[in-house]
Amino acid sequence: MAAPRVEHELHTRRYSRNLGVGLTLAFLVCIVFGLTYVKITRGGLNEGFDHVLRPELVPTQQESN
Amino acid sequence: MTDATQQIGSFEDEAQFGDYVALLKPRVMSLVVFTAAVGVFVAPVYIHPFVALVAILFIALGGGASGALNMWYDHDIDAIMKRTAKRPVPAGKVTKGEALTIGLWLSFIAVVMLGLASNWVAAGILAFTIFFYVVIYTMWLKRWTPQNIVIGGAAGAFPPMIGWAVATGGVSVESVLMFAIIFMWTPPHFWALALFMNEDYSKAGVPMLTVTHGRKTTRTHIIAYTLLLAPLAVGAAFTSIGGWIYLAAALYLNAKFVWGAWQLWHRSEDEAEADTYKAEKKYFRFSLTYLFGSFGALLAQAIWVQGFGMGAW
Repeated sequence: MAAPRVEHELHTRRYSRNLGVGLTLAFLVCIVFGLTYVKITRGGLNEGFDHVLRPELVPTQQESN
Repeated sequence: MTDATQQIGSFEDEAQFGDYVALLKPRVMSLVVFTAAVGVFVAPVYIHPFVALVAILFIALGGGASGALNMWYDHDIDAIMKRTAKRPVPAGKVTKGEALTIGLWLSFIAVVMLGLASNWVAAGILAFTIFFYVVIYTMWLKRWTPQNIVIGGAAGAFPPMIGWAVATGGVSVESVLMFAIIFMWTPPHFWALALFMNEDYSKAGVPMLTVTHGRKTTRTHIIAYTLLLAPLAVGAAFTSIGGWIYLAAALYLNAKFVWGAWQLWHRSEDEAEADTYKAEKKYFRFSLTYLFGSFGALLAQAIWVQGFGMGAW
């Protein structure tokens, strides 16, 4: 029995498609990572109002001045 | 060739990555990128450059997705027209089903990502733009009325409005004016093209104004829309996005655009045929310069005011 061919003709034929999809997905990952970084570092206070008074969200006397 | 590869397809009709990119109409996307970017940068609100870049990218992707959906629906008439016969679906590179699936998924991704990157007002306008282009223009108006390009032109006019919404989170007179400029520019631009590509539309049975009402009426419509566009374009100079740089550009570009339309209006069909529609082709090319020039001037004005801290006047 012959050893299985590693490089099938289909791989050559679809090389550009596979490469394109791979690079696009990698680009998308970079975008989501970058966006997350920007949102977290520039988002300020990330805690939101949840119907309960939370002392850490109330500005202190010094901050409000 | 094995049985398996025979089922999958042959080398010649195998779609390459470029064919899928072509499905997104990259030339149209470049216009969307440019006008959306102007919308973002002329807005009086600071936005982080990376967020702006991502937002513009997904606005462009939304535009591309609607292009794919347009190619899915219009595959029959695209095959008839010389201008569109080489598109991936009529050329047999990409199937109708693939175009539909890609279009729907990319629309979804673009809208959700724009919403997450910026805000849901911008994402909502993008979703509406895709709906308008695909359902209202492609499926309904394009094959039904000679006013197809007038109402359908709204789809191409939304990107600067989306860009503005990305920065400000809303709609204002400035963003509506940018919308209005592209909206009024679209009919003369496409009718000029139809004047020298009439045969294509006629064969495909698309009721362009040149097909239904003739070239003389089309020429009258071109001058009418150009005259309606001019005060809107010049008027934008007196809003918060305008200033002397934009005013100078708008006066020059609109004067030239009106003059070109005036010349087309006075041409007979014999004259046009004699020089193989030279003036019409020149007017069509200038219409592209007009749009890039107008939005480029808005951008230059914004850089002058926001970048250098100078006054608008």
